[in-house]
Amino acid sequence: MARYGLLIGFFILMGVFALVLDRMGSGEYNPRDIPTEFIGKIAPGINVPELYDPSKMVKASDMQGQVWLFNVWGTWCPECWREHKFLNELSKKGIPIVGLNWRDDASEAKKMLDRMGNPFVKIGFDPDSSVAMDWGVYGAPETFVINAEGIVVAKHAGGITPTVWLEKFAKHFQPAQSSTAINNGTL
Amino acid sequence: MIAEIGHFALILALCLAVIQSFVPLIGAHKGYSSWVQVASPAALGQTLFITISFFCLTYVFLVDDFSVAYAVRQSNTELPDMYKISAVWGGHEGSLLMWVWFLAIWTAAVALFSRTMPLIVRGRVIAVMGLISIGFLLFMLLTSNPFDRIFPAALEGRSLNPLLQDIGLIIHPPMLYMGYVGFAVAFAFAIAAMIGGKLDSAWAKWSRPWTLIAWVFLTVGIALGSWWAYYELGWGGWWFWDPVENASFMPWLIGTALIHSLAATEKRGVFKAWTVLLAVFAFSLSLLGTFLVRSGVLTSVHAFANDPERGIFILIFLAIVVGGSLALYAWRAPQIRSAVKVNMLSREGGLLINNILFVTIAASILLGTLYPLAMDALGAGKISVGPPYFDALFVPLTIPVAMLLGVAALARWKQDSFARIGNKLVIPFVISIVVGTALPFTLLEEVKWGAVVASILAVWITLTSLQGIIDRVAGKQNKLQALRNTPRGFYGMTFAHMGVGVFVMGITITTLYSTEKDIRLVQGDSYDIGEYSFVLNSVATVKGPNYRATEGRFTALYQGQEISQLRSQKRLYNAGGMPMTEAGIDAGFWRDLYVSLGEELDSNGAWSVRIYHKPFIRWIWLGALIMAFGGLLAATDKRYRKTVKEARAEDAAVGVA
Amino acid sequence: MKAFKIVMILTFLVSAFSLQAKIETREFANAQMEEDYASLVLELRCLVCQNQSLSDSNAELAVDMRTKVYKMLSEGKTKAEIADFMVARYGDFVLYRPPVKSSTFLLWFGPLIFIVIAAFIVFSFIRRQSNEKPDIGEQDQKKAHSLLDDK
Repeated sequence: MARYGLLIGFFILMGVFALVLDRMGSGEYNPRDIPTEFIGKIAPGINVPELYDPSKMVKASDMQGQVWLFNVWGTWCPECWREHKFLNELSKKGIPIVGLNWRDDASEAKKMLDRMGNPFVKIGFDPDSSVAMDWGVYGAPETFVINAEGIVVAKHAGGITPTVWLEKFAKHFQPAQSSTAINNGTL
Repeated sequence: MIAEIGHFALILALCLAVIQSFVPLIGAHKGYSSWVQVASPAALGQTLFITISFFCLTYVFLVDDFSVAYAVRQSNTELPDMYKISAVWGGHEGSLLMWVWFLAIWTAAVALFSRTMPLIVRGRVIAVMGLISIGFLLFMLLTSNPFDRIFPAALEGRSLNPLLQDIGLIIHPPMLYMGYVGFAVAFAFAIAAMIGGKLDSAWAKWSRPWTLIAWVFLTVGIALGSWWAYYELGWGGWWFWDPVENASFMPWLIGTALIHSLAATEKRGVFKAWTVLLAVFAFSLSLLGTFLVRSGVLTSVHAFANDPERGIFILIFLAIVVGGSLALYAWRAPQIRSAVKVNMLSREGGLLINNILFVTIAASILLGTLYPLAMDALGAGKISVGPPYFDALFVPLTIPVAMLLGVAALARWKQDSFARIGNKLVIPFVISIVVGTALPFTLLEEVKWGAVVASILAVWITLTSLQGIIDRVAGKQNKLQALRNTPRGFYGMTFAHMGVGVFVMGITITTLYSTEKDIRLVQGDSYDIGEYSFVLNSVATVKGPNYRATEGRFTALYQGQEISQLRSQKRLYNAGGMPMTEAGIDAGFWRDLYVSLGEELDSNGAWSVRIYHKPFIRWIWLGALIMAFGGLLAATDKRYRKTVKEARAEDAAVGVA
Repeated sequence: MKAFKIVMILTFLVSAFSLQAKIETREFANAQMEEDYASLVLELRCLVCQNQSLSDSNAELAVDMRTKVYKMLSEGKTKAEIADFMVARYGDFVLYRPPVKSSTFLLWFGPLIFIVIAAFIVFSFIRRQSNEKPDIGEQDQKKAHSLLDDK
């Protein structure tokens, strides 16, 4: 009886591995991906100086009533450069994006925005990862979607592409939202 | 051209492997001895071609042929020749070629050194090893060919990691692979025996030396890896329970259980089923390790970056090999079951408990290693299982092993009694408690109970091991002659067991009493750790063959007396990359002193410096080396080196075919 | 997806290259705090590395996390509070000591279960033996003994 037990146990183990490999191959499972703790929770605070005007503080509560994106980026991050064009497009469509300039040099950051365009409504300057840690950020770029009630509803680790936007983020933004943003004059 | 020759040689090797496996197996089944005789020459031929292939790949690296994709990934023109050679096995494809090469070498060794075995057994063993070769060769040729060309050829290779340019890191993988692959021999013996439907003491005797040698290699390989990590990585650690480290430790644990189980099977014909299963599992764990490292399912610094597609191939191979073995076992279990009874109060009883303890430890490590993966894949959450978990389970499980060591080694085969054993062990027991407790109190400033336990166990192991030798000369007139008559294997056992004691002491003391400090030092400043002082004399810029470095020069003092000069360099290699720190280590039998230069903290010549005092750390690797030495002694026992005539006479007397 | 993988690998390679530990000089208020810091940074995981503790990593996020741990200890927070802080943000993944919850019962009690199973195997083995017929291979065993060396 025990002799068959070993055989059965072994094939169960192989089954688990096969399942894992299959899910890795289809892209559903990435061992390096760390899932976020904040879906369905109130957005963590930001509370850091603004990149362009350090006397002003960037607060998550400022965005209450809108659906907005929170994008973590840095000039040292190649994937961030690649997604920047699409972020510009999104901001032109009226999507509010709050940026977090993470562990970066302020003047380099401003230069990059001059060169590549500034899609951000405001930008927090976070040189010591305090905000990044509060949001459970472990790499750049990372983008969060926060709804009008201030709850985090989606997150993507990696660059935002049109596909990612359509599949994960677009559903949280109703057309009415963006025109509200324009009418509010926050853009 | 050379790359093509190498590639073609692999294909030829595959063809020979097919012949090597199927022809003898069919021949053994049908009784065609001429077919079975094909095994050895086919194996030797396969070895020849894989050797050619390996040399071709090495040539490609030595001449900087960057039209070969693998060479571009792993090498660089600036590498010294020695490291170009070691770069050959630095990546997935090349390390697979090394795997397959070592497998061929082990097979050739079996072909050449097993004349005392009946042809049919030898043929089957070589054939089974050939089947494994087929799997790996197919894997290489279909998914991981080291000879793939790229067009256009690159001008320069991409890899110049200074971390890999180190002697420790050159020998560590080959030693490990010799161990992993060596367990294929024990595996093949087990499979051959199950196919033949017969498992007896003779089988155990043939299997033992091969298993021992594989075990020795694995022991050395693991110890080398640990030692390298310690002096190169700068965090004073020597084991992290990283999944890939565990993947090497589990076969070692099962291999240790196997060599003990083989002793019982040979001596008393017991534990046949255990021994067969242990042989299957030792090699299965080697293969599982291969899967874990190369499929990308686990996150580890050691892992080769790979596609899941390659993982699927290895998984299927694993399923066939291990699944097939277990199915074979399920079918043959009644035939190989031992008819001999086991008395728990005997050496066999002790060895049974030993088997169980080692298997439990290995199973627990496997559980901890795979659990995060299973949880994550099944969507139950993402956790990490690291040193806190493994340390918590390893220590309680190792204590009974150390305790049992003394008892089992002195117990009689077949039947012993409480009275006799009790008598024998009373004195060592008392001395162990007394001396073991006294040692920490006299030698250490602060006594932690862990140190007392380890000390007692180490003395216990030493005394009971020596007691074994004493028993052999007790009551004999000519003590020297008695010692000479003692088989080499007995000394092997004694050394190996004492090695365990040394190892246990080393781990415990260094874990409990190491001191690590990150401090700020100005030139001329000193820092004290216990009776030791460290003075930063000066910091200067030096130039090396392919780097520029900042060098900190330190003096270490003990009780005010200077004992050594230490230098630590922060190197910036010409080829670029992050600065690498070379630590200054004063290695000693009783302790290591370690200084590592950090960064300049301000313009006043203040530097951040890391200083360690690590007592007994060398005992860890020393213990492992002593164990390996013991294994080597046991493997080269005269019994395994009998001539064909002697062996035939012996077999005839016992009635083994 | 593939591009993301490549970029993440590249970013991690830079930090993985820096396998060597970083030396940070910190002033600790007392020995207990120093001990707590040392054990915390060993038990916390570096999130951007290929399996390294916070203590061993040179990665920038790891540096910041260590500083955070130090600051929190200086504010008087306990080890448990700091661990909870990190877990609230990064999940159980950030701890090398897995939590004991229903999903990890098998993990923590597995070894114990293995021992119980093993003990059961030994007992049933012993019991089965006493029911079996006597040893028939005695003669052969005796012959083999006399020929093989005594070990």
